Amino acid sequence: MRRWLLLLLALAAPVAAAAAPNPAADRAAFQGWFRHLFPQLPLAKYVDGPYNFSASERAQWQQIMELPPYGFAVDHGKALFDARFPDGAGYASCFPHGGIGIAQDYPQFDPKTGRVVTLPIAINRCRVAHGLPKLKLTTGDLADIDAYMVRTSRGHKIDVVVPDTKPALAAYEAGKEYFYSRRGQLNFSCASCHLQYPGHRVRGDTLAPALGITASFPIYRSKWGNMGTLVRRFIGCNKNIRSAPDKPDSLAYRDLEYFLTAMSNGLPIAGPGARP
Amino acid sequence: MANPILVRAQTAHGVTTVACLVKHPMDSGFVKKAGKLIPPHYIEVIEFTHNGKTVLTGFWGPAVSRNPFFSFAFKGGKKGDTVGIAWVDNKGERAAVSAKIA
Amino acid sequence: MNGSISASRRAVLSAGAAGALSALIARAAEAAAPAAADAKLYPTAAFGAKTEVAALKLLFGKAPKASSKIDLGVPEIAENGAVVPVTMASGLPNVTAMALLSLENPYTLACAYRLAPGTLAHMSSRLKLAKTTKVVAVVESNGALYRTSRMVKVTLGGCG
Repeated sequence: MRRWLLLLLALAAPVAAAAAPNPAADRAAFQGWFRHLFPQLPLAKYVDGPYNFSASERAQWQQIMELPPYGFAVDHGKALFDARFPDGAGYASCFPHGGIGIAQDYPQFDPKTGRVVTLPIAINRCRVAHGLPKLKLTTGDLADIDAYMVRTSRGHKIDVVVPDTKPALAAYEAGKEYFYSRRGQLNFSCASCHLQYPGHRVRGDTLAPALGITASFPIYRSKWGNMGTLVRRFIGCNKNIRSAPDKPDSLAYRDLEYFLTAMSNGLPIAGPGARP
Repeated sequence: MANPILVRAQTAHGVTTVACLVKHPMDSGFVKKAGKLIPPHYIEVIEFTHNGKTVLTGFWGPAVSRNPFFSFAFKGGKKGDTVGIAWVDNKGERAAVSAKIA
Repeated sequence: MNGSISASRRAVLSAGAAGALSALIARAAEAAAPAAADAKLYPTAAFGAKTEVAALKLLFGKAPKASSKIDLGVPEIAENGAVVPVTMASGLPNVTAMALLSLENPYTLACAYRLAPGTLAHMSSRLKLAKTTKVVAVVESNGALYRTSRMVKVTLGGCG
């Protein structure tokens, strides 16, 4: 518990002292906390999430990964990604490097709209720009396209940029606020489970550390039987703690994804992932 | 393809290992959706061949997981040989695929 | 094809009753349909059985003996009961069939395999387990049946 207080102080201190958001200092404290919890665990291993804490679960996961269950989604996502829009363009035209190997740069802050843009939202923006309707942000075709784009980025180090501007820092701060705020009938924050108790069990499940948790998304969850984006998981987590979930494209979830991913800068993209 | 099958066939030291992932709901008939039971829908027979000759015949019940993974091995098989997989389910739907041994 | 058919025929003769897996496979080999799965082969009655004894009787027409020469690889605690990785392997000679059973599932028999000569007695699959259960692996070797079993704990997930 004392360690926990130390972390809170560490995270709070720069804010209190400078009264200005400092993502770099937050990240150092965030990653420092996990190093303190698990001194033996190399930083890059955090992307394996819950599988760092149980040999049996790791063995089951490795068997599943022999021919990963998201294989169909990646193939389907590639077919969708490569298909032409009615106007002759394609997804590749909307992204730098033709959309290949760029997932580590998301979410981004868009100064024009003053909003955070996650990779799934960027995919939808591309569709709208070419006269197509938006896709569901949680699962289905969009999650499959996301899976393909993330697959081409595997191993690339997460590099979320928080520009030193008021609106960008405000979005970052809002995400941080969300992460640490308790909510729902169970009165849990994201941090209650994923920062305070990583590696512990919630009934049959092992809690993943918040550090590196975004790196494996989108994931194929055996429970779902298909792919889900990070937002789908946010909604599920909120329901678990008996809290009303936000809308998939809400600012709340965009900002949360922004903060959470920025905390994992330097870790490799490991998605798409497979989870129970 | 509506019912894709992902196959990986590799040979080493005279043994060919075949791993496959089959897209199929494998509904057991015991799961409810919106208060109604989803009727059983699962693969019953899956046939594995090497250059057209059966090496393994599998019989699956509804207890085999959704989007089933399966792997096995047989003696022999050379790079470039053909491994075939074909299944039929309880509704008479079928899918088949062939792949080259790597 | 080759020796496997006659081995199967002997098994059929000894099994007597219709519906034995060996008999079904013998028919498969004789039909020689190239790379097409034959729905008529499916041992429907065995897959409807609710006990291990009944399932094995319907499938093989005989009862198994315990064996230490079967490796059954299951997790002690399943991460998700809907997708439990199970491996089975055996060093027994001349293995012609293998099967997996889950004693607490609504239907006991999970899957069964008929091996051609040269196919190794080593396979890996994923099963749904309704609750904490004994998983049984059965191997037919030189016409005799052997079994081994292991417990798998199936717990409820906490993460929705």
